[in-house]
Amino acid sequence: MKTMFDLNKIDSQGGRVETSIQQTEQAAINALEVRNLNFFYGSFQGLKDINLDIEQGKVTAFIGPSGCGKSTLLRTLNRMYDLYPGQRAEGEINFYGQNILTPSQDLNLLRSRIGMVFQKPTPFPMSIYENIAFGVRLYEKLSRSEMDERVEWALNKAALWNEAKDKLSQSGLSLSGGQQQRLCIARGVAVKPSVILLDEPTSALDPISTGKIEELINELKHEYTIAIVTHNMQQAARVSDYTAYMYLGSLIEYGKTDEIFIKPQRKETEDYITGRFG
Amino acid sequence: MNNTSNLNPAIYAKRKRVNKIGLTLSMGAMLLGMVFLFWILGVLFFKGFSALDLSLFTASTPAPGSEGGGLANAIVGSLLLVGTCTLISTPIGVLAGLYLSEYGDRSRVASVTRFVTDIMLSAPSIVIGLFVYAFVVAQVRHFSGWAGTVALALIAIPVVVRTTENMLRLVPGSLREAAYALGTPKWKVAFMITLRAAQSGVITGILLALARVSGETAPLLFTALNNQFFSTNMNAPMANLPVVIFQFAMSPYDNWVELAWGGALLITFAVLGLNILARVVFREKVQG
Amino acid sequence: MDITQSHSAPTPQAVRIAKLQRIQDFLFHAITQFFAVSVLIALMGIIISLTMNAWPALHTFGQGFFFTQEWDIVNGEFGGLIAIYGTLVTSIIALLIAVPLSFGIAVFLTELCPGPLRRPLGTAIELLAAVPSIIYGMFGLFIFAPLFAEYIQPALAATLGQIPFFGILFSGAFNGIGILCAGLILAMMILPFIASVMRDVFEIVPPVLKESAYGIGCTTWEVVKNVVLPYTKAGVIGGVMLGLGRALGETMAVTFVIGNAHRLSPSLFSPGTSIASTLANEFGEAEAGNHLSSLYALGLALFIITFIVLALAKWMLNNMEKKQGLKT
Repeated sequence: MKTMFDLNKIDSQGGRVETSIQQTEQAAINALEVRNLNFFYGSFQGLKDINLDIEQGKVTAFIGPSGCGKSTLLRTLNRMYDLYPGQRAEGEINFYGQNILTPSQDLNLLRSRIGMVFQKPTPFPMSIYENIAFGVRLYEKLSRSEMDERVEWALNKAALWNEAKDKLSQSGLSLSGGQQQRLCIARGVAVKPSVILLDEPTSALDPISTGKIEELINELKHEYTIAIVTHNMQQAARVSDYTAYMYLGSLIEYGKTDEIFIKPQRKETEDYITGRFG
Repeated sequence: MNNTSNLNPAIYAKRKRVNKIGLTLSMGAMLLGMVFLFWILGVLFFKGFSALDLSLFTASTPAPGSEGGGLANAIVGSLLLVGTCTLISTPIGVLAGLYLSEYGDRSRVASVTRFVTDIMLSAPSIVIGLFVYAFVVAQVRHFSGWAGTVALALIAIPVVVRTTENMLRLVPGSLREAAYALGTPKWKVAFMITLRAAQSGVITGILLALARVSGETAPLLFTALNNQFFSTNMNAPMANLPVVIFQFAMSPYDNWVELAWGGALLITFAVLGLNILARVVFREKVQG
Repeated sequence: MDITQSHSAPTPQAVRIAKLQRIQDFLFHAITQFFAVSVLIALMGIIISLTMNAWPALHTFGQGFFFTQEWDIVNGEFGGLIAIYGTLVTSIIALLIAVPLSFGIAVFLTELCPGPLRRPLGTAIELLAAVPSIIYGMFGLFIFAPLFAEYIQPALAATLGQIPFFGILFSGAFNGIGILCAGLILAMMILPFIASVMRDVFEIVPPVLKESAYGIGCTTWEVVKNVVLPYTKAGVIGGVMLGLGRALGETMAVTFVIGNAHRLSPSLFSPGTSIASTLANEFGEAEAGNHLSSLYALGLALFIITFIVLALAKWMLNNMEKKQGLKT
């Protein structure tokens, strides 16, 4: 009795047809399972035998010093590295059971289900409305009013609606830095992916914008699986449910955020968290 | 305390002198350049101005020995030739530029193409004319406006290709990645994101190509040739300003020479105008 | 469990769209590649077409064609020496004059020019480079040549013309138009072009390098000579060769003032012809046969010479950029 969750049949607010009660009654489901992942930049090995699970509906944070491979790992999850010849991944990454590292995986479809927000805000050279509509139009056919609703919904989810509602036709570049980043988040949310990857989303922003975006993450996680890379440990502690500590391409420790930060099992983790290095 | 430095005044004086001479010569060179610019433009204005009246734009080129006349057929012909050239070379140049920027990092073909395109940028335009004559005119046994268009396009396309590629490369990779991250197919990333972000730069390139071909004479000499009468038939020889100027300037007829100066002024206006327009368009992009 | 698994699955519509996109991307690659390659095809076409049409003359006259002085239309005897000589000599004269002047202008624009003037003056030079060559030709014929005949040629004959051996270059009638005049007009034409390239290349020098030279007390001239020039050597040579390439192929600026005479003379005052101006003057009316074919042969020679010069120039400029780390 598999019900096909047809995007075309969701109600106009983008809410789910079923309730969330079912979610809490089930055992933890993993949105992504990484198995024996090795990654290479040419001949240099950037990731060494990574094994970890990313649980659905939770926020998983990746921390570690510069060059530890956390961004590399994030970018394997939506096969962003595929854009660059010379970069390759070996192993398995199962997205709800389907290995996305196979050559037959359609990358565009994959990325419509796993979205990404980058460190530097990158609004498209179009109006705010079009920025959001662009992604939606790729795989869905919506009427004008349906699209209006979707844009409003996405901007609300990104806590940008009030600030942007009167200037939807203005260029996305006319927003401030923090607003632009929220626009990028709205853009990513608008296409209703299962997973949202955040690559240091606040490191280019001021503290107030950072705070707003952290609030956003807390709200979004009820409906999305989120993986976030951050070099700010306090941020990881604030927003995430699980934390993975990486060092020099290896996964050193992974567990519930509370446990990692209060009682880490590995000395390397403890050294990093207490600021002894990195 | 001894505060004197061990600076040898004689050597220092010589160095200063050399410096002064060098810099004065340098400034002199700049002045000379400016003198040329104003001299040439001044002469052009002065001589061409007397030809500037309404009949320049309404009357066609006069027959040898007859009085008066204008450049109407040549003006219209030039507009047609340059216009059709732009229509052809813009899509070809932009698409080729897209290839070089979006696929060009991993392709041998791309680096060879880039190299050759750069060379064609400075290739002798008269040889291009020769080629189009052999390839087009000789085959159909008559000169035509279309042959002229092809010759001009061969000159314009390399300009558009290179500027398009350079402008597209300036678009940050992070913008492309953001589009790919939504699942956008490559062709949409290229057209709707990258090209759109670079659009004023690309338009600048097209304007510069336009300016370049507007002043070209040699490629039209054996392709579009010239036409004494007013005609918009691209299948026949087409009047155009540069070739008219060439014929009229070296002729013994006074009114022809005067018309030649008028035509020269018109061409220079067009070329400089397009160049300035291109700069303005580009500057607006950088600021806005 | 059902929801969540299907939450990850794309809709059938999305799958259909993705399939279509794969085809679209394939077409995109193919079409853009085709147009990019068309430039290469055009180049091949030019070389093949010219060679085919030049073949009869080359076959008839052999390799000696390029060293023969004949140009007898009536009797069908042709040789390229006069035209090649004219092309080379005018270009060399142009370079001898334009390169030092361009250098001076580039130094001025990068080192001496006061800030607010920098852009307008730089733009003025670039606009000068954009002026069509036919304008230079007309300027040369109507304005410069008469002045040249009246003042400069006598002066040159009286001074440089008196030097033994060397003086023969400046002998002969003061006609104005001729090889030297063409060389000077050509110099005016390529001057702004080379100046722009040199200026662009000088601007690449990292300020840190110059500052450290100034810091030990170098004069501006010494900084240019010992820091800027060595750093930009490849770029400067490349720029000069680009100018040479342009000068070799220039038609209109030269045709107006070179005199169009198939004559070889040791004097620079005498009229002559270049490859481009021979083509401009004679191609339109040449009879098929040896005449036309010889003209094609000249065109082929010009194209190949220019191609080699420009390829070398490009190679040097590429090396300059590589050094910058701009290219990998």
